Amino acid sequence: MATDQTERADLKLAPETGDVLFDIRDLEVYFPIHESFFKSMVSTEKKFVKAVDHISFQVMKGEILALVGESGCGKTTTGRTILRLEEATGGEILYKGQPVRKYSSKELREYRKRAQIIFQDPYNSINPKQTIFDIVAEPLEVNGVCSSEREKEEKVITAISEAGLRPATEYLYRYPHELSGGQRQRVCIAGATVLDPDVIVADEPVASLDVSIRNDILKLMVEEKEKLGVTYIFITHDLSLAWVISDRIAVMYLGRIVEIGETEEVVANPKHPYTKALISVIPVPDPLAKREHVILKGETPNPENIPSGCRFHPRCPEAIDACKEIDPEDVHIGGDHYAACIRI
Amino acid sequence: MAKSATKAKPASEKKPVERIQHDGLLDVRGLTTYFKLGSGNVKAVQDVSFTVAPGESLGLAGESGCGKTTAALSILKLLPENGRVVSGEVLFDGKNLAKRTEYGMSKIRWKEISIIFQGAMNALNPVRETGKQIAEPIQLHEGLSEKAAMARARELYDLVGINPKRLMDFPHQLSGGMRQRAMIAMALACNPKLVIGDEPTTALDVMVQAQILELIGRLRKELDLSFVLISHDLSVMAETCDKGVVMYAGEVVESGTTADIFNHATHPYTRQLIKAFPNIHEKREMVSSIKGDPPNLLNPPPGCAFCPRCDERDDTCFTDHPGLIEVEQGHFVRCSHAKGRPVASPAVGDDTATDAKEV
Repeated sequence: MATDQTERADLKLAPETGDVLFDIRDLEVYFPIHESFFKSMVSTEKKFVKAVDHISFQVMKGEILALVGESGCGKTTTGRTILRLEEATGGEILYKGQPVRKYSSKELREYRKRAQIIFQDPYNSINPKQTIFDIVAEPLEVNGVCSSEREKEEKVITAISEAGLRPATEYLYRYPHELSGGQRQRVCIAGATVLDPDVIVADEPVASLDVSIRNDILKLMVEEKEKLGVTYIFITHDLSLAWVISDRIAVMYLGRIVEIGETEEVVANPKHPYTKALISVIPVPDPLAKREHVILKGETPNPENIPSGCRFHPRCPEAIDACKEIDPEDVHIGGDHYAACIRI
Repeated sequence: MAKSATKAKPASEKKPVERIQHDGLLDVRGLTTYFKLGSGNVKAVQDVSFTVAPGESLGLAGESGCGKTTAALSILKLLPENGRVVSGEVLFDGKNLAKRTEYGMSKIRWKEISIIFQGAMNALNPVRETGKQIAEPIQLHEGLSEKAAMARARELYDLVGINPKRLMDFPHQLSGGMRQRAMIAMALACNPKLVIGDEPTTALDVMVQAQILELIGRLRKELDLSFVLISHDLSVMAETCDKGVVMYAGEVVESGTTADIFNHATHPYTRQLIKAFPNIHEKREMVSSIKGDPPNLLNPPPGCAFCPRCDERDDTCFTDHPGLIEVEQGHFVRCSHAKGRPVASPAVGDDTATDAKEV
């Protein structure tokens, strides 16, 4: 599936900005809370769920960037906003130097060809009444990519066999219910790669799969990254999976990135107390290794009422008084490694 | 597999009313459960034996479909209509549960053995206040008034770390972690001796999982509970259990202490399964997967169930069904390549079971 980059240059792009595929600057996604008519008359303030609260990071070409965090931390919203499945309320997402927000509908169509998504649950994300061929061919039809039926078929077969369903011809006319969970997830991946995208947002792609199958899907992602040069934004709650396959990790907490850096560096040398705690509680398959667990008290606060100062301070084992007032800036630790904590 | 159910229980035959002598608190011997389908019997659990001592925690691990949940449901006789225990004994605290009637079981469930289900959202009644749901078994089993039962529910909330103000909340008003805590409170409502946790942390975040596992560990110590953890996640089992049983295709393939299983894994399946879990404190490497699929349990292969996926198989593996072999004291492996003392299987007789289970 070697692709000629020039072949799809019809999207007007700024000159190549080096290796940066996405430059996300101060991104903000707030969801308004609908209140009763009476309340809205009385209260002066409009309330928001601050799902993503001013985050900035870059996604490099051909890397796997893992967005890690607990549920409700904004990782999925970030991924969806990058694809413009949610609208940002502030900040900028620059794709190859162009602001995604300002795309015309035609440009957006072109953009959607290049940025694909894989959902968590392969049982619900594909149409049970379509054959595998129809599922994988649909993006091609919608985008009118293929000039002939033959070309379409070739592309579908290549995508399916790249996704590890071999021989592809045997799967073409089956229905989703005839496949196992792992095979369905492969169909989803084939559907995402058939347009030969630049970037795939993988939203918990293995959370609903069994261990032995899970690892195959992760391997497939690494293979596609290496062979096809696909960039992955890998959204997961499981830091150990992120550690296995990603190049860089961004740890999110309550709408903020608290730590970002090269995977091995972040895991071996975590700076933010939240990252430290997350790493310490990951169970390891070794009963003799008794490690100290830093178990945080309570639960992630409601993103309607974000704590003052450092948003992590109510649960932070290392918090000092100043943490209640100062909203920490990113501290450069070295190389690509940043953490947002005033105590560093 | 249809061995006579009467064979392996000499003590109970002599004095049916008295306590049966057996190991530990829970002693499962040669449990075999089938599901009846139109096309035949699904051999979901075959000849599974293990013991749980008072205060001990045992992990039942394996991939989905390996029979771990079915084994647990067979203990409590909660199987769906088409499932039945074909043979084997479930000895609990001097009673043979396999022989009990439905009425007899209702005296055991919750009062002596309770279960924490996986999806707390599905296990709790969505249209009833959680506190009232917790009070219900207390009223039923202990004969307390509703008021007294609610007071007890309040204490339980305190014990599991939920603010007692939330007693009258409906399940949807609680977060995932709190719902799981409420499930645990419910499981502890009647002071059971044994709690079965069926994937109690699977749908939870890592931090909440750590909180729940810590809670279970603490309660186990405080209340001197025995615990059976059913989990697909070997690392959770490694962290929380004293003993472990690894199941594959309805059979026990390896059992022993967790140190035996993780640090001296002998069965090729156990070894491959352990490798499938990343260890974030070791060198970073791609986790490996186990190729192939588990066999269809309608017609399990005649030889070793794992051999089509095994790297170490030879020709005999396809034809000879391996029995359990004791490779070390208390460490059993179902592999014909393992070296050690064979256990008289499949009927895991009483004498072997007795000295075998002392860990």
